[in-house]
Formats: sequence, C-alpha cells, structure tokens
Amino acid sequence: MQWEPVIGLEVHVQLKTKSKIFSGAPTAYGASPNTQACAIDLAMPGMLPVLNQEAVNMAIKFGLATHSEISRHSVFARKNYFYPDLPKGYQISQFEAPIVGRGHLNITLSNGETRQINITRAHLEEDAGKSLHEDFQGMSGIDLNRAGTPLLEVVSEPELRSSEEAVAYLKALHALVCYLEICDGNMQEGSFRCDANVSVRPKGQTILGTRTEMKNINSFRYVEQAIEYEIARQIDVLEQGGEIIQQTRLFDPARQETRLLREKEEANDYRYFPDPDLLPLILSEAYIQQIGANLPELPEQKKQRFIQTLGLSAYDATVLTAQRELAFYYEATLAQITPQDPKLVSNWITGEVLAYLNKNSLSITQSPVSPTRLAQLLTRIQDQTISGKIAKTVLETMFSNEQSADTIIAEQGLKQITDSNALNQVIEQVIAQNPQQFEAYQQGKTQLFGYFVGQAMKLTQGKANPKQVNALMQQRLNSPN
Amino acid sequence: MFNKTLCELASALQNKELSSVELTQYFLGRIAKLNPTYNAFITIDETQALTQAKNADQRRAKNQATPLTGLPIAHKDIFCVQGMKTSCGSKMLHNFISPYDATVVKKLNDQGMVTLGKTNMDEFAMGSSNETSFYGPVANPWDTDCVPGGSSGGSAAAVAARLAPSASGTDTGGSIRQPAALCGITGLKPTYGRVSRYGMIAFASSLDQGGPMTQTAEDAALLLQGMAGFDPLDSTSIDCPVPDYMANLNVSLKGKKIGLPREYFAQGLDHDVELKIQAAIDVLRQLGAEIIDISLPNTALSVPVYYIVAPAECSSNLSRYDGVRYGYRAPEPIDLEDLYKRSRSEGFGAEVKRRIMLGTYVLSKGYYDAYYIKAQQVRNLISQDFQHAFTQVDCILSPTTPTPAFKTGAKLNDPVSMYWSDIYTIAANLAGLPAMSIPAGFAQKLPIGLQLIGQHFQEAQLLNVAHRFQQATAWHQYLPNQISE
Repeated sequence: MQWEPVIGLEVHVQLKTKSKIFSGAPTAYGASPNTQACAIDLAMPGMLPVLNQEAVNMAIKFGLATHSEISRHSVFARKNYFYPDLPKGYQISQFEAPIVGRGHLNITLSNGETRQINITRAHLEEDAGKSLHEDFQGMSGIDLNRAGTPLLEVVSEPELRSSEEAVAYLKALHALVCYLEICDGNMQEGSFRCDANVSVRPKGQTILGTRTEMKNINSFRYVEQAIEYEIARQIDVLEQGGEIIQQTRLFDPARQETRLLREKEEANDYRYFPDPDLLPLILSEAYIQQIGANLPELPEQKKQRFIQTLGLSAYDATVLTAQRELAFYYEATLAQITPQDPKLVSNWITGEVLAYLNKNSLSITQSPVSPTRLAQLLTRIQDQTISGKIAKTVLETMFSNEQSADTIIAEQGLKQITDSNALNQVIEQVIAQNPQQFEAYQQGKTQLFGYFVGQAMKLTQGKANPKQVNALMQQRLNSPN
Repeated sequence: MFNKTLCELASALQNKELSSVELTQYFLGRIAKLNPTYNAFITIDETQALTQAKNADQRRAKNQATPLTGLPIAHKDIFCVQGMKTSCGSKMLHNFISPYDATVVKKLNDQGMVTLGKTNMDEFAMGSSNETSFYGPVANPWDTDCVPGGSSGGSAAAVAARLAPSASGTDTGGSIRQPAALCGITGLKPTYGRVSRYGMIAFASSLDQGGPMTQTAEDAALLLQGMAGFDPLDSTSIDCPVPDYMANLNVSLKGKKIGLPREYFAQGLDHDVELKIQAAIDVLRQLGAEIIDISLPNTALSVPVYYIVAPAECSSNLSRYDGVRYGYRAPEPIDLEDLYKRSRSEGFGAEVKRRIMLGTYVLSKGYYDAYYIKAQQVRNLISQDFQHAFTQVDCILSPTTPTPAFKTGAKLNDPVSMYWSDIYTIAANLAGLPAMSIPAGFAQKLPIGLQLIGQHFQEAQLLNVAHRFQQATAWHQYLPNQISE
C-alpha cells in the first residue's frame, strides 16, 4: 500500500524581549539559577501579571508578516497543571482567542517547487522554568530563570507531507522570525523549538490517521530524523496489522529513534479559563497599522528584489535570503565594491565562503572573513590585480589569518602579470620549451592552443592575466614566423 | 480616647493635642489587654508600629504630614506587609514573611499611617464567620458567643472593640460589609479596579476588592482617599481620577433617588432586621431622599453564580501553594505527588479544600460550559439588572445581611446555609459595583447593617448618603459593653 504522511508542527518561538512577558525580570540566557526570577515569576502570594507590550508588538509583527488575521480582541487563559517548575500551578497562555489567527508561509523545496503552508494560529504564552534532576542526590533542583519568558507558539495546519517539507517550513519560519528580529533564532539555547505531530494514512484517504506527538526538538536535522523514524515506525506498525496509539513520544538523537513518553490517557485536563488577572487584549486598527509600517524587508521580498533588481538567479537568491545574517553579509559585501557586481559577490559567497563555513561548521556570523575583507578581495579581481583562481588562494589564507587581501597578494607576490612584454617573454619561453608541440600546431593541430596557454599559466604560477595570455598567445602562434 | 473617630484623631494629631507615639501606644495597650478576648489580631508588631509613629511625629514636626500621617491602622492579614508575617489566616502561610508591601500598604505607609498589626480572617478569605481561620475564631465584641462575620472578621472586631481606629479589609462576596454589619461598624467595598490588588493575596481575582473598615462614613472617606488609585502593577486596576471623597459628604439628600429592590426584602429576611431597615429608610426619607421600589430580578441567582465563579478562580489561584517554594511543606515527602498531596491536604483547612474541589470540578472538561460559562452569562444578567436600576435611581438600599450575628458554631457544619448569609452582598461583587454597610440599629441586641450599592465609581455618593444618615442617627456611636477602659 502507498502511505501518505501527514505532519503538523507546533513551534515555540522565544521572543527577544528584554524582560519577561508578565514581569520586569530580565530574560538573558545562561545566568546562575534563580537569579533572573522576581516575586512575580516565583508566584509569591499576592503577585499579579502585567503584560509586556513589546511581546504583543512582536506577535503583531509575526501576524502581519504571515498574512494572518490579527485579533482585535484576544484573551489570556490559564492552563492549569501542577509541576515544580511551573510556579503558579498554571501557565498563562491563550486558548480560545489567540492574538494571531489564520495565515500562511511559503516554502521552497529542493526541486525548486514552492508550496504555501497554512498557519492555524499563533498565540502568546509564558515559558516554564527548568527542573534539574542531576547533582542533587535524590532531589530535584528548580531553576526559574526561564519561567515567564515570552513565547509565541506557532501552529501549522497538518499540511506537510514529508520530512523535507517539514524542515523547509521550519527553516522558512526560522528565517522569518530572525528577519523580524523577534527571536534570536538560537536553537541550541532553545529559542526556537518544535513539537511535531505525525500520522500516516493510505494515499487517497481523506480522514487523518491517529497521530503521535514528538516534543521539544531543537534542531532541523533532529526534526528530519524524528519524522523519518516516526513515519517508518507507524507504517511498519500498520502494515503488520497493528494500531497507532495516540501518545507523546520523545526523540532520542543518540539512538536515532523515538520512544514513548506518555499515553493520551495520562494527559491532564488543563481546565483552561480566562485569566481574571489580565484584561482582554484589545488592539486598534491604527495600532496594528503603525506596527505594519515599521516592518523590515522580509525574506520573500528580499529574494524577489535580489532576482529582479540585482539580477541573481532564483537559486542564488533563495540561498542568500534563507538566513537573515547571510543576506546581510551579502548586502554588506556588495555595498563595498565598485562597480556593483551582484553576481560576482553572489558567486563568491554561495561558493567559496559557504563551502568553507559548512566544512568548518560555522555560521555566517562566525565567518573569519568579514564583508569588508571579502569586498577588498573581490575589488582586486575587478581591477585585475589578481585572477579569480589566485583569489581563491588568497581567500584561503584570509580564512586562516587576519591579513587583508592586499597584504597577502603583496607578501606572496601574487599580483597578476599584465605587462605585455613580460607575458610575451613567457610565451617565448613556452614555445622554446615545447618545440614539438609548436611544430605540430604550425602544421594545423590548433587544438593544442589550450596546452600552450596552460603552460604559460603554469610558468607564471597562475599569475598571468589569462585573457591577455590568450590574446597574446593567439597572436604569437598564428603570426607567420 | 477610644471612642474618637479616625477623623477626630486626625484633628487631635493636627492640633498637636497628642502625638502619634502616644496614640499608637494607647492602641497597642488596648490590643494587649483586650485582644485575648476577641482574637482579632494574628500579628502585633509593637516595634514597627512605634518606629512608624515616631517617624510620623517627626514628619508632622517638619510640616510634611498628610491627613493620614500618624493614624494607626490594622491590616487584614491578606495584605502583604514587608518583613511581617502574612498568613492569610492559613497554616499554609503560617511561616510566610512577606518580602514586599501590597500597594495598599505601601500607599498608606507613604502617607505616614502606623501599622499596628495584622488582623484575623477566614482562611484565604473563604468564610462568613471567621471560623475557618487557622488562628481560631474571632469573637464578636457585642456578644463574644457570636461570630463577627467574615472574612474580614478580625478587622471588623478590632474596629468595633476599638483596638484600632481603622482597619483594611477585602471583599469578595461581602467580606467587608457583612462583618461590618455584624460588628456595628462602617465598611466600604469600592468599585472593582478602584483599589489595587497588588500584594493582596488573591481569593477570586475578578471579585476581590480591598477597602476601608472604620467607625463612620467620614472615616471611610478619609481612609479610602489614601487607598484608592490606579496601580500599573495591577492590570485590572482602572486609570480613572480619584475624586475628593471628603468634599461631598454634607451634600443634601434632597431629591436623591434611592431604590429598594423588592427581592432584598423577601423571604429569609429576619423580621427585626426588616423593621430597623424600614426605620432607617424613614430617616432617609426625612432627609429628603425619594424612595423608589425597584426590582433586581436575578438576585436569587447571585449565590449559585458566585459559588461557581469564586471557587473556579480560587482553585487556580491557590495552586501556587504547593510546598515547593515557600509556605507549608509536608515533612519527609516520598515523592513529588506525596509532597503535593500532603502539603496541600495538611496546609489547607476544610473550607478552602471544599472550594478548591468545587472550583476544579466546575472548570473540568465536560462541565466547564454547563457551569463556568453559564455562570458568566448569568453574571452579565445580574450586572444588567443593576444597570437598568441605575436608570431609575442614584443608589440602591438594602439590609446588609438577612440576620444579625449568629452563634459561633451554628452554621459551621452547614456550608450552604452559611453561603446564603451573603445573599445581599454578593451581587455587588459580581457586578463590580461599590457598596457599603453602615450601622442601622440593633436586632436581638446585636448590631445590624444597612447596605448602599452605587453605580461604578460613585463611592462619593454612597459616602454622602451614609454620612448624612450618620449625622441624623447615633447607631454608629454605640459601643459594646465590655470594651470600656
């Protein structure tokens, strides 16, 4: 039987506010336990939440960027359950009336195909603290620094059909929240984490199969692996006549498998009800418009501009705009070379720079070569001080030290030879060293032309200006001797 | 000195007839002597009180005194006071020393008031008799075999026995007005959002409101002036200017339209209470008020609605008391569940547990729509009843309670009968309206209260009616026998 996977994702986007969503305590990551939790975060008696307007603004930005409905009237609700890292015994979230309603996000797949994925809703909520079960000898430690950190939970429709689509969606969402500057995007620190709901059904069937949920996956690769594993597991169960049980599973990256966390029967009745400590959130049209007027250029817009105004290929534009920092790196480099050569810059970044970074598992912000240094190198290609080939050598050196392109070119004597007299001498040397080939060429074996050019480049260790060598060689070989 | 009102004491301080230290020492002396009889206080802090009094005197010497500077107050133990035990009448918070001040406390401290201590109360403000307190029942100064009412029973008894010239209280379903009525004092529950709830331990967030408990309406106006105002730390606090509550106290009642809701004079109202209320109505009529019969048709639904909404909110509000971070923790828990179960079973009393269970039930899947949502709908109807009535009248008058104070223990094992004793006070909380209780005579030798309910933010109007009434009557000047010096 042909099986069709159905995947829906719930992504927790940690909003980049200075203070928590309902208190004035700071949100910075990595502080010593319980140093960033105030009386409100600790749920001390008599403490009350006050909504952080910045978190609201960020949610509105997200809603506008995903063409979503933005509720003029949304409600905070309490999700009640007991856990030691949930100080109030309830989480303030949004349930029936979220701030962001239906919207959509476009994703591009590896075959170049574009799909629109619908977003069901996005709501504001507070994060819980952290339970630490090691190092306390039979006890648990509670760190409430994270308690009250603002989250935007983005829920997709179950419209994703493969792990590839799921990852493409996640990457597009990640790029978007980074462009919007509402999230630092740091997945290792948990600023962007994902719950995946997966089910399979016979192809052609419209009813959804029973789903399982995998919680808190914090890397694109793990999401892909977890979904792949889960699809295969479910198909296996069904093909052996078994039944999928609705449950929450945990992905174990070390063992590359998902395993049971809890069954649905153990699920809590969260007793949601509107939080009486917070009034409904009312947003005026004018307020939303004001935020809309200050939105930055979004990935989709940037990509279109790169294609239409800068003349980049769709592929290059997609690669360059996939991450906000990469696009900024590209734009910063381009701005520092004259004349503007968008394709030259694009080729070097998508080629050499990314290859180096990928090989060394670095992000673009960790690139040892800054846009300024890269622009200096590319300028030397443009003014023909060096050839593209030599430039690759120079760039390699630049990755390993702080020197500028000019210093490296000077120190290693890589400056391109453009002096015709010098080049003619080289050409004469080549001919002198290859009398047989010269003879053959003279008798009509013109395909040997490339060989002569190659020899000239080799003699100059690649420093000869290839165009000039070509022209001069042409002249020399074809002129009557 | 003990029969002086808060306003009279304020004048005496202003005229330097006495110092705040003398005044504070005097009331601390009365507390030391009489509190064992009434059990009105959970905490008495002589050192802090005298320090505050000394500071108040210095402030006055520098001509920086406010109208409240140097005046003593007793805070209901639901208000967090920095550095002082704040138990909320519960074993759960028996060990809780608050690291911060409630906004109400801070405002009054800033104006130079002197905190004598913290008053007894029903546990987490859940009760109408002050019998659910972990610290034992409070005796009614008019008859120590009777309850003082609740949940602000300690504050009411403290003012009635003149252990303090003023007290703070909170009112979720009548917890200021009902004990004020049963103890023969004046109590005002302001409009929801008028007084900050920050640092006031939550029972039912959408209903709780702090307010003054004093001897007279004039005193209540003076104290409310110091408590009221917008607080950015309380999202439900309302940013609306605070009028001068003292300014309109003496305005004539001529032409003032006062409504009598017929549902509040129906079955269940004690005959003696009704006679006294009718006599009080006559007084108001003589003062020029026009008395109009009105109807609040959904009155009978207010008790059932309240006992869904309030427990629902409390079941969630009290989840934080889990034995993890502060408060009572059961000894030697074997695991997390055991820690939760025993800390909460042992830390909470029976009434609190009853309401948590009730609230958990009505919020549960499958019951939420039938109970909680339905209750919210009826709550709206009750509000609409009042809004309709206010198109006809300026304020509404009723008895505060159907009967005078009952004997301690009489209703303890019959919670539903206890719940019905709040029948006249609950609706004002559901509708967020200001309401007050003032002494209106005696029935069976016990004081009874007259309730006035006003439109949102019309506290000044209620105080005006109450003050004019008190100018024409002496009920608020009667004192219980045993409290004399």
